[in-house]
Amino acid sequence: MADLSLNQSASQSNLGKIALRWLLYVLLGIFAVYYLMPLFVMVTTSLKSLEEIRTGSLVALPREVTFDAWKTAWSGACTGIQCEGLRPYFWNSVLLAVPAVFISTLVGALNGYVVAQWRFKGANLIFSLMLFGCFIPFQVVLLPMARLLGMMGIAGTIPGLIFVHVIYGIGFTTLFFRNYYVTIPSELVKAAKVDGANFFRIFWSIFLPLSLPIIVVTVIWQFTQIWNDFLFGVSFSQAGTQPVTVALNNIVNSTTGVKEYNVDMAAAIIAALPTLFVYVVAGKYFIRGLTAGSVKG
Amino acid sequence: MKMTAYAAVSSIALISASSAIAGPEAEVLHWWTSGGEAKSVAVLQQEFADNGGTWTDMPVAGGGGDAAMTALRARVLSGNAPTAVQLKGPAIQEWYEEGVLADISSVAEAEGWADVLPASIAAHMQCEGSWCAAPVNVHRVDWIWANADVLEANGIDMPSTWDEFNAAADKLQAAGIIPLAHGGQAWQDATVFEAVALGILGANGFRKAFVELDEATLTSDEMVAVFDQMRKMRGYVDANFSGRDWNLATAMVMNGEAAFQIMGDWAKGEFMAAGKVPGEDFLCLSTPGEGYLYNVDSFAMFDVDGDDKKAGQDLLAELIVGQNFQKVFNLNKGSIPARTDVALDEFDSCAHISAADMNASSLSGSLLPSYAHGMALRGAQSGAITDVVTAHFNSDMSSADAVAQLAQAVANSY
Amino acid sequence: MSEWLENHLPKMVLAPSFIAVLVFVYGFIGWTAWVSLTRSKLLPRYEIKGFVQYDKLFDSPRWDTAMNNLFIFGALFIIIAMVLGLLLAIMLDQKIRTEGVIRTIYLYPMALSMIVTGTAWKWILNPGLGIEATVKGWGFENFTFDWVVNPDLAIYTIVLAAVWQSSGFVMALFLAGLRSVDGEIIKAAQVDGIPTWRIYTAIIIPSMAPIFLSAFIVLAHLAIKSFDLVIALTGGGPGYATDLPATYMYAMAFSRGDIGQAAASAMIMMLVVFTIVVPYLYSELRTKNDG
Repeated sequence: MADLSLNQSASQSNLGKIALRWLLYVLLGIFAVYYLMPLFVMVTTSLKSLEEIRTGSLVALPREVTFDAWKTAWSGACTGIQCEGLRPYFWNSVLLAVPAVFISTLVGALNGYVVAQWRFKGANLIFSLMLFGCFIPFQVVLLPMARLLGMMGIAGTIPGLIFVHVIYGIGFTTLFFRNYYVTIPSELVKAAKVDGANFFRIFWSIFLPLSLPIIVVTVIWQFTQIWNDFLFGVSFSQAGTQPVTVALNNIVNSTTGVKEYNVDMAAAIIAALPTLFVYVVAGKYFIRGLTAGSVKG
Repeated sequence: MKMTAYAAVSSIALISASSAIAGPEAEVLHWWTSGGEAKSVAVLQQEFADNGGTWTDMPVAGGGGDAAMTALRARVLSGNAPTAVQLKGPAIQEWYEEGVLADISSVAEAEGWADVLPASIAAHMQCEGSWCAAPVNVHRVDWIWANADVLEANGIDMPSTWDEFNAAADKLQAAGIIPLAHGGQAWQDATVFEAVALGILGANGFRKAFVELDEATLTSDEMVAVFDQMRKMRGYVDANFSGRDWNLATAMVMNGEAAFQIMGDWAKGEFMAAGKVPGEDFLCLSTPGEGYLYNVDSFAMFDVDGDDKKAGQDLLAELIVGQNFQKVFNLNKGSIPARTDVALDEFDSCAHISAADMNASSLSGSLLPSYAHGMALRGAQSGAITDVVTAHFNSDMSSADAVAQLAQAVANSY
Repeated sequence: MSEWLENHLPKMVLAPSFIAVLVFVYGFIGWTAWVSLTRSKLLPRYEIKGFVQYDKLFDSPRWDTAMNNLFIFGALFIIIAMVLGLLLAIMLDQKIRTEGVIRTIYLYPMALSMIVTGTAWKWILNPGLGIEATVKGWGFENFTFDWVVNPDLAIYTIVLAAVWQSSGFVMALFLAGLRSVDGEIIKAAQVDGIPTWRIYTAIIIPSMAPIFLSAFIVLAHLAIKSFDLVIALTGGGPGYATDLPATYMYAMAFSRGDIGQAAASAMIMMLVVFTIVVPYLYSELRTKNDG
């Protein structure tokens, strides 16, 4: 651990140290305001009545806290002819995100293992080529993928969406795992081979147990990307398989009628709850995961 | 015991499956997701269900249909097109050229559509002679809305020429009122532009410029005058207009912050939803100039497999152009029925003006498609024009430059 | 297991992913390249008509704006997010008492999608509703913060919101990197009397070069994908002042039914990305190989 607390500088006076410390906290506080401001606006707006939103200021706390907007957003907002809120679509997103995250993480782990520990000719080239896939904008792949999904017969289905997200997640998951596994000394593998363990055995008994930190990192990243995706969700689903982002878009981006900003904000927060939850709860493990040599070459 | 239960369940399943197969079905892609519009579409769904049909809703909001068009393209390419899609204008014919639309001529002929629809509107619904779409409504685009009290307090009448508008606007500015409530989104800029263009170029000039894309008209002095007027309009909007949604601009007129708004008649829906009375609280008039710019929403039928879906399309088409839906939907939306034989008793005064004007302009040849709302041109061309219009409005580009860019953009867009 | 199988198993495990990437990334890029040479409008057509789409592209003033914006936005976003991320990481590394909470505060924006936060930022930046109005309400009559409605400055608001969303993640990457530097080296340096700031600049930061790679890849990926953000915040406006190649491509493909043009813009965009990313990847991976 880098242990550079400022008190170790022998040449600074105590007063100077305390002042610097205060400055540090002030700076951290200012940045915290920058990061929290939009969330503050969203939460307070979702708790206000429409009347208050129209007449009050953006940053004011709600005069009267009401949870009506939240109820509407969950089960009553109109996403089309149905006015059932986000609830019916939530499950679609879960059905889509969980398998997709699992599969892409597993594939990334195996790929990272191969590229990091089983050097064969061209492994690095293949890795670089795969990495480039991280940069392809999704709009580009939309149309050819639609054609391909149609030919495979899974267009408009949840498995189809899972397939698409796995394919475009492989670049990142492989990157994360490869960077992590590269730090594991190759002597371990050599010793295991001498003991007679084969490819999968080594993975299962040596690498996988060590991988918890990087698994957390990968799962967080993938879950966020997949849960929050709109483009693939709207293009490759149909009535009945639409994920929650499509429903959110329908609630927030309706072009006519009274804009119920409080419902919009509540809906946005509800749609973001799973990812927020993952970040808040797993945040600790996230840093631990990144710390344990995951991102260093 | 088990066997009979199993047999019972499976036979019930068979019966319900077969009865489900028998009824008309439709998966409908649209972007009418807000409360009011959704209720209006629900009327159609109800009628559809009353006639034995099953409606599967596929709503995709946003951008006047951008996201919906994305979803549509992906669906068509994957061989899984929806049954009916909210499409309008030349886009219908464009999709027809890709060979993916269905033929509903049988319904159109049986119901006598050619007799009850105005000729130009009927033309939009036809693809090389056969019918491929059903019109829902007729929106008029070139309206000017005003707050009655503000006008009265400042001694202003509804303008009948653009010079009168400018004079009124100057007076209002001096009195501290925002003359024109505007939302700075590309399509709104284009809406104001085409209303101004209609007034200055006249019906024939408008057709030459925005339907035929005649270069001489696009680079004429009159077109420069149009941009000059747009520059003046820019001075009449408030500083925060950028990115504002159109209904927020309407709200500005409603609460007296602003005097005028140039917007299609869906603005009327906003006024009336807030309980305002046409003629008393708010005034409606066509923008200065002769002519009528229409925007017709419609549902196009796509080529799908399955008798149930085809039956669904026929039923849907019949209901859409049916008397009941035409009346109910348009009452809610602020537009007028596409059908000319619907009784307008329940409609408000602005709707009556609109219907009368529509018939008159149809006779005089000045019933024109709106370019800003995708009725006159294909997407690539109208988009190119809008790019120039919005760039001019949001910068200090000279009118001469704008006209030059306009001609070039159009030439570049083929 | 046979000898051959054991030798080739790693390749076989990697193969499906590699093939998938070949088809779904490079194959699709190839498809896009093909379509960019056609006159496809609403749906793809496959008759090659030459470079006509590229001519149109380079003649379009809107594309010029979009490319300009990509460079301005891309450079500013990546640099500011990296610097801010590093700064925050260094600050958080100073044994702060409430580190967990503060870290979560900096990190959570990444969890939200921009459809969600775009609206909030739009309000905050709107002169009549947000910061400008609030500060004016506090008595500072002359305060202006109307970048978002100014065609020349609007692109910087996009940078502001994008940095907000991603810098926390970069901070997390750097914090992990800082914490995994070998404590012995630090102690040795401190014993030698080297001042703290020099320890950072001479020892710690250089040893984090691989993290800069990961951060760069994540940020570049986000910069290119920045579509939801622009649409939600400015809609590409005022006019088309905040257009980016991604939004241009989307508009051409899906709003205007001009897929040929969209494909051409996509190819140019990817070419730009390629010329920036590939040399960087190459240099990074090469040095890793030697190490």
